[in-house]
Amino acid sequence: MDIKRLISMANQIGDFYESYPNQSHAQEDIAGHLNRFWALPMRKQIAEYVNVQGGEGLHQKVQTAIKAHLQI
Amino acid sequence: MDEIKYNPNIDYGTPSSQSAKQVTLTIDDREITVPDGVSIMHAAAVAGVMVPKLCATDSLEPFGSCRLCLVEVEGRRGYPASCTTPVAEGIVVHTQTPKLADIRRGTMELYISDHPLDCLTCATNGDCELQDMAGAVGLREVRYGYDGENHLASVKDESNPYFTFDPSKCIVCSRCVRACEETQGTFALTISGRGFESKVSAGNKSFLDSECVSCGACVQACPTATLIEKTVIEAGTPEHSVTTTCAYCGVGCSFDAEMKGEEVVRMTPSKNGGANHGHSCVKGRFAWGYATHKDRITTPMIRKSIKDPWQQVGWDEAINYAASELTRIQKQYGSDAIGGITSSRCTNEEVYVTQKLIRAVFGVNNVDTCARVCHSPTGYGLKQTLGESAGTQTFDSVMHSDVIFIIGANPTDGHPVFASQMKRRLREGAKLIIADPREIDLVANSPHIRADYHLKLRPGTNVALISALAHVIVTEGLVQEAFVKERCEWDSFVEWRDFVAKPENSPEALADELGVDPEVVRSAARLYATGGDAAIYYGLGVTEHSQGSTTVMGIANLAMATANIGREGVGVNPLRGQNNVQGSCDMGSMPHEFPGYRHVADDATRALFETAWGRPLSKEPGLRIPNMLDEAGEGNFKGLYCVGEDIVQSDPNTQHVTHALENMECVIVQDLFLNETAMFAHVFFPGASFLEKNGTFTNAERRISPVRRVMRPKNGYEDWEVTTKLSEALGYPMPYNHASEIMDEIAALTPTFHGVSFKKLDEMGSVQWPCDDEHPDGTPIMHIDEFVRGKGKFFITQYVPTTEKVNAKFPLILTTGRILSQYNVGAQTRRTQNTAWHPEDILEIHPHDAEERGVKEGDWVGIVSRAGETVLRAKITERVQVGVVYTTFHHPESGANVITTDNSDWATNCPEFKVTAVQVSRVSQLSDWQKHYKTFSEAQIAFAGKKAEAAKVS
Repeated sequence: MDIKRLISMANQIGDFYESYPNQSHAQEDIAGHLNRFWALPMRKQIAEYVNVQGGEGLHQKVQTAIKAHLQI
Repeated sequence: MDEIKYNPNIDYGTPSSQSAKQVTLTIDDREITVPDGVSIMHAAAVAGVMVPKLCATDSLEPFGSCRLCLVEVEGRRGYPASCTTPVAEGIVVHTQTPKLADIRRGTMELYISDHPLDCLTCATNGDCELQDMAGAVGLREVRYGYDGENHLASVKDESNPYFTFDPSKCIVCSRCVRACEETQGTFALTISGRGFESKVSAGNKSFLDSECVSCGACVQACPTATLIEKTVIEAGTPEHSVTTTCAYCGVGCSFDAEMKGEEVVRMTPSKNGGANHGHSCVKGRFAWGYATHKDRITTPMIRKSIKDPWQQVGWDEAINYAASELTRIQKQYGSDAIGGITSSRCTNEEVYVTQKLIRAVFGVNNVDTCARVCHSPTGYGLKQTLGESAGTQTFDSVMHSDVIFIIGANPTDGHPVFASQMKRRLREGAKLIIADPREIDLVANSPHIRADYHLKLRPGTNVALISALAHVIVTEGLVQEAFVKERCEWDSFVEWRDFVAKPENSPEALADELGVDPEVVRSAARLYATGGDAAIYYGLGVTEHSQGSTTVMGIANLAMATANIGREGVGVNPLRGQNNVQGSCDMGSMPHEFPGYRHVADDATRALFETAWGRPLSKEPGLRIPNMLDEAGEGNFKGLYCVGEDIVQSDPNTQHVTHALENMECVIVQDLFLNETAMFAHVFFPGASFLEKNGTFTNAERRISPVRRVMRPKNGYEDWEVTTKLSEALGYPMPYNHASEIMDEIAALTPTFHGVSFKKLDEMGSVQWPCDDEHPDGTPIMHIDEFVRGKGKFFITQYVPTTEKVNAKFPLILTTGRILSQYNVGAQTRRTQNTAWHPEDILEIHPHDAEERGVKEGDWVGIVSRAGETVLRAKITERVQVGVVYTTFHHPESGANVITTDNSDWATNCPEFKVTAVQVSRVSQLSDWQKHYKTFSEAQIAFAGKKAEAAKVS
């Protein structure tokens, strides 16, 4: 899938949790959302983008969430 | 005292009473106990005594004009009208005496003296209350001839496509006028003139040109042949009827399909319909002719390429071809390369077997439904906050509301029968708040209704509004803390409270963003929080945004914070667009959920279905519709089974959708018509109309209602049978003999449906889930003692402006919606005479924006967005605000979704249909897309009409 599309979608998820006071929980929830609603190939692609290609364009908290909590 | 069991087949003459006080009286030597407040006529009917009547019917308040229902009451003088005289303790009533008989005969004689005596050739012969009453009162002669002045030469009004108005047969009983007022709430009819000149008038216009919305309430109420369906005039009176459920909007009206053999003569709203109580709208009541329209395709078709003509084939060949193609694709491209889409126009049973096919046979969870593009945020948002992906109330609950708050919904157009009920409550005095960028009819264009507050916000700012309302409620001390402490997660409440209390969430701080006077926002918030029982009703104006799910959660936050949930009159009420949006979601047609909203990763649930279905199931969520299309566009998704849905017309960014379909190798469409998606298909399975199959629909209030077959499927099979045939061809037989057996399986595997069966539906008429051992008769109101998730959970709703920004190139915002006479993509309603009201989609534009562009009423205007361009006619109106334009998407050639974009809700990918930045300018010709569409669709239609030998499928 077009990685730009995935970046945009993941950042939108991150935006929802922007104002959560506990950002540690927020990161779990961001990754939890991806785990529950994104198909595995989409998760693998975004994980590779973060872990291998550096994750440019993804909000930092989304990158952190993906690195720490994404199930692939 | 036993509770009175009302028989829907009896007309009690006047409405029942909700009084708890009981009154005992005697009528014709029969002692009867009834609720205080009912009329003598009503009590008599309960006792089995039918008092003659003409102007009375139990759907309307008593009027007392016809003078047929007079009775004698011992100890009282005169002959009171039994319809307007309430019961009283101990009174003794006589309904049949020699004096009463004289009076009634005399009255009937006068009626008949100005009525044509053409009973034998009249369309209502045998179904006429005037005829019945003439018999009941023993009328044997009419002493007055026709020499004097009379109304027999009055001219018929046949302007309405569905019914005629013949004033020569009118007895001026006012039932039609009162039905228009009380039942429908449109007030289109009146009695003009006095005395002999009195006549029913649609505002001195023809019915078609008048304010009449063609709901049929007047026709239903008419006791003579004055207002009568044209189909009855043509076909004669029906000889049997079958109760079924409308296939249009999410209200889910119950109808009696009145039949002659296998021909529908008319559809009349069922008096005991749980959702509609005998009312209807122009679509359900009259617009069912599509079921037999000449455009229907009833023979399966296949072809190798969309550039080829279709080849008509037998069912076996079509099924086997589809199965072989799906198998080939999975072998060639992998199991993930195929999937399916169900529709909210499908029955529960059809959706269930389709998702079963995809999960158990395709071996993937790539199943989605059209709720993706409408109410998927409702499913997500309400599950997160309240614990269940469904509305919390019954429709009837609105009659207990003190405050009605409508956000992003247009009930009079989208959910007209419920809107009539809502209007009744509003006329009784309930307060009304409307948040909508556009001036919907309920703002100020409905008789005797005016919104207390219209929050005319800018499109895309719903979350800002919700936060501002919450800010007022929190900072002005309007939170019901005792409720929150008892019923909700306190920590989540504190986080939310502290968030919304921030100054940046105040109405003043957000005023520029919202475009709404902050004091009006404050007043609306105070009214919602303190005005008594307050209910929120919302629609796609909430969900079809990049923050649709956030708004849904924000709405639930408001309801919890103000304790407006868990009883009659309050709640969170998503108004579902199509008939079975709720049901299609309930039935597990989302890629991450099994039936009953249980995640595919839940081991226990998966094991349950694996055992029942005998196949291993994937624990990974599948692709959503937009994901499928994206993957197809890149060549990774090659096969689609699309049941009853038309993604080309209804999904955003049409050219993106069609590009994806063109990239697929096997698109299977199952539908009544060669819809827009079918033009890109390789296999066409003809579908059955709702009149040709058994099943159930679940409406917006979780009401499961029966769909019953009244005629043989013209395509040969009910739709679930087609799906099971495909499954069998793929090596997995599903040996159901009847749709009821599918529901039995659903009930066995889905806790909220555990108590549902066709037998129960036949007995009860309908039932609202959860229906289980604990609630065998269903659950009208949810979350009464505790939320389904235990404690209600508040979510912080940070406003994030959409990325779909206006700029110098695209300075206007386009928002889309629906209109009363058309339904969704219009595949059904465009094939009925409803086109008399809406023959084309038009663009509403504010006078200021029109003047700036030199646009005049009726001009062709080009609408250009970042996604595409189309051309529509302009309608200049102040209903839309400056900077906002509006259109509908009921006609494919309009290309409304050519201009909508791929932007979507953060949680669900529900498209942002309601916000598209556009430019509008005068043009003189169709857009390039429209020209291409015309050529392409004409070719495709011709392909479907080709004879088999001309096809090129090998």
